[in-house]
Formats: sequence, C-alpha cells, structure tokens
Amino acid sequence: MTDPSWIDGALAAARPQAVGALLRYFRNLDTAEEAFQEACLRALKHWPKNGPPRDPTAWLIFVGRNSAIDTVRRQAKQQPLPPEDLLSDLGDAETAITEKIDSADYRDDILRLLFICCHPDLPATQQIALALRIVSGLSVRQIARAFLVGESAMEQRITRAKGRISSGEIPFETPDAFERAERLSAVSAMIYLIFNEGYSAGSTEVEARFPLCDEAIRLARLLLRIFPAEPEIMGLTALLLLQHARAKARFDAEGAVVLLDDQDRSLWNRTMIAEGLALIDKAMRHRQPGAYQIQAAIAALHARAMRPQDTDWLEIDLLYATLERLTPSPVITLNRSIAVAKVHGPEAALLLIEPLEDRLSGYFHFFGVKGGLLMQLGRSREARIAFDRAIALANTPAEAAHIRMHLDRLSQN
Amino acid sequence: MLYAVLCYNMEDVVGSWTKEEDDLVMERLGAVQDKLAKSGKLGPVARLLPTTAATTLRKSRGEPLVVDGPFAETKEQFLGFYVVDCESLDEALAFARDLAQANPGQGSYEIRPIALFRPGSGSQ
Repeated sequence: MTDPSWIDGALAAARPQAVGALLRYFRNLDTAEEAFQEACLRALKHWPKNGPPRDPTAWLIFVGRNSAIDTVRRQAKQQPLPPEDLLSDLGDAETAITEKIDSADYRDDILRLLFICCHPDLPATQQIALALRIVSGLSVRQIARAFLVGESAMEQRITRAKGRISSGEIPFETPDAFERAERLSAVSAMIYLIFNEGYSAGSTEVEARFPLCDEAIRLARLLLRIFPAEPEIMGLTALLLLQHARAKARFDAEGAVVLLDDQDRSLWNRTMIAEGLALIDKAMRHRQPGAYQIQAAIAALHARAMRPQDTDWLEIDLLYATLERLTPSPVITLNRSIAVAKVHGPEAALLLIEPLEDRLSGYFHFFGVKGGLLMQLGRSREARIAFDRAIALANTPAEAAHIRMHLDRLSQN
Repeated sequence: MLYAVLCYNMEDVVGSWTKEEDDLVMERLGAVQDKLAKSGKLGPVARLLPTTAATTLRKSRGEPLVVDGPFAETKEQFLGFYVVDCESLDEALAFARDLAQANPGQGSYEIRPIALFRPGSGSQ
C-alpha cells in the first residue's frame, strides 16, 4: 500500500474532516489550512516508508495540530523545532486521538466547514470558489480553469472571500436542530450551484468544467454520509447523479446540443442512474417531499424510459405541478409546459406560458420553448419571431446554433 | 467448496479516485479475475454502489425497522450475499422481510443496489 496514488486519494478523502477539526482547534481558516498542508507534506514523507496509518484522518489532524502549535510557539519564542523523529513517533498517541474524535464532532466539523463557504455575505461565485479550494482542496489553477478565468483573478476572488468571512463570525457552537436544517439547505444550494457551473457549460468548455459536476456529486455524497436519513439530501444527490448520467449524450460530435428526445440513450451512464434511482426510492419512503426530491423524481422518470416514447409525461406533469406549488417560479412553469405539450398538446402549453412572457423576457429558453410550440402549431411567422429573440439571448454558440437549425427547418416548409 | 470474498476498503478514498484511476483499478482486478475464470472457478462478481445508497432492515420485537444507510455496528458481521432482480426498493424489502421471517434470531439485512454484475463462469 505504498502506491503514491493511494496516498493522494487518502489525503483528498481526509481533507474535509481534517481541515474541519483543525478549524475547531485554531478558529482560523488560514492556520487550519496551513496545518493540514504541513500534515500532508509529512504524510507524503512518512507513509511510503512506514505504510499508511490505521486512521489516516486522525493522523493528519494530530500531526497538523502539533505542527501548527509549533509554528505558533516558534513565532512567539523563537524556539527551535523539536527533532523530526519525536514528532513522527506517533504510535499510541494516534490511537488516543482516534478515540477522541467523536462522531458528533465529525459531523459538525464538516458541516461548519461547508457552512463557512456558503456564508450569506458572499456572492455565489465566491462561495463556490471557496468551497472548491477549502473543502475539495482543488488548486487555484484547477478552479481558475473550471471558471475560465485567469489564475491571479481566481486567487484574488478566493482571498477576497476569505477576507469577508473574518474568523470572528465563524459559528463554533454546536448548531441546534433548526439552525442545522438551515445550514443544510444553504450547503445543499451551494453544492447544486457547483454542479450547475459544470452542467451548463457549452461543449467546448466541457472538458474543463465537467470535473465540477464530479466534485459536486462527491460533496453531496459526503453530506449524505454525515446525514444519512435526510430525504432532501438523498434527493439532491439523486438529482445530480441522474443529470450527470446523461453527460455523454448531451452534445454530438460537432459539439451541437442534443435534446433529451434525440439523445442516444445507450450513452447514458447506467451505474449513475442506478445509484440515483436507489436514492430517490429511499427518499420517497420518508414522505417528506422537497424541491430536490421532486426534481430528482422527474429526472428518474426520464432515466427509466428506455425510449423517448416510453416517458411517463403525465406523471412528469403532475410532479411539475407539485414543484410549482412548493416553490413557485416562472422557470418551473416553463419546464412544466414541455410536459403539458406532450400530454395535452401544444395549444395548452402555449396558454400556460403566455402569461410568463413579461417575467422571462430576457430568458433564452422561454423563446426557444415558445418558438417550438408555435412551430408545432404551424404558426411559422410567430415561431420565427420567437426564435429570433431566442438567438439574441443565447448564452453559448451551441444554443444559438440549435435555434438556427429550427429556423432553417421553418424556411424549408 | 465455494468461498465468498468480501472486499472492504475505505469508501471515502475509493470515492475520491478519478474515473481514470478507478478504471485502472478495475482493469487490474479484471486481470486477476480472468485468471480464475479461465480455470472455471469464478462465481458471480459484484461491485456495490456506495453505502449512501444502502437501506437496512433491522429485525425488532415487532415489525422490522427500516433504517437508512448500511448496518454500521461491528457486533454483527457481513455473512451472506444475495442477488435479486427487483422492480423497486419495496419489492427488495419484501424479500428481506421473508428472509427475516424464515431465519430465527437477531440480525439484519442490508439492501444495496448493485453497480456492476457479472454472473461469472464457475458456479457449482
């Protein structure tokens, strides 16, 4: 077990808990991060030689804490460091600290660390960058690449974010049940944002941004492991898995968008679908519906259909109606209209979305959907107007190209 | 005699492998399996989805309890392993309830969806 890739994996896996515990000791994010880095350096030096410790996380916390205390002492008294041999001779001390890491601390340490990253004073882009740096341990370069910005710009963004959350504001008391629920929903929203950053990428950016989807799934699983009985976290994890399962089918060889109905379903990742379906099954047993669960249930109905014509649109329409009641939003109504068009025809769908035009006048998808419905109804002139507006609002070249394809089809008729 | 080889590893660590690293490990494991398969000794090989996808049915004095997650206490060990083709979690739970009823005493059944299933060539 001296394979260096095993060590990388162990360090990455230990990171959220170790940094979280070190933050509890030092109450300062920079000190905690530096302590963890130092512990990792020592792990890379000692583990290949001595083999991995029984509990890598406990080892990293113990070594990180000692090294940070040494640094503080050295700075205070200018004392020399104790010999390296003394520090690395951890045998029994490691066992002792393993026993001291209580499972409640474990949950709260990780939750606190995640919660700091989605501090309400931080704009969403800073929240995500901070979480990827601190919790996931991605390098500034990796994060910059995923956000398609320069390294120094990303460095600044992360430094600014850290500056805004002065250590004094970090909540260290154990949260009560209400506060924990509030934190959980903030953390879930942040994980969903990370996923969307990756998911909404155009085909040319996919290579750089897909890791964000994988990272979001890893964070969702982490959250689910510490709160195994929260149906909304099951729903969130299921939703991410079911959406990401379609990744390979979403763009064709030329990089054009492929809509759900036209996707090659054999390219869908069946393992991810299986995990997503299992989680949504589990979540539903709790009978506490929530927005993530309903969205995951909709994604599950698509995933279960082996061919587009097998899709249970009636059930999807009902689920969207439930979602509309739970979290009213014109975007949800717009999504529902696609199911309504399949069940009740394009006329009914058009009636549903027409009142939304004022609120969605700057939204690409509104005009794409509207144009599509008008096209189905044979109202070509109006469809063309809607498609023209969609092109003007397109966020990526692939989106614009997709609409242009409809316009070409209209001109042929 | 047939043996069940139960694989234990740190899930966090395995879960933080990249797809490439995971593929590489699977490929190496595949090579080991192939050797055994050629001699007709390999039975079903299954890789389970993460424990977050697991549900546990715990026998109690009355109706068995259904709990989210794997059975974590070390007092009881993982003793056997069934593969069932069920439409839903409920159907799988019904099967586990039947097992619980047929098998007297304490115990629990963890129902875990399977990620990869190879029936193998050597079952007797």
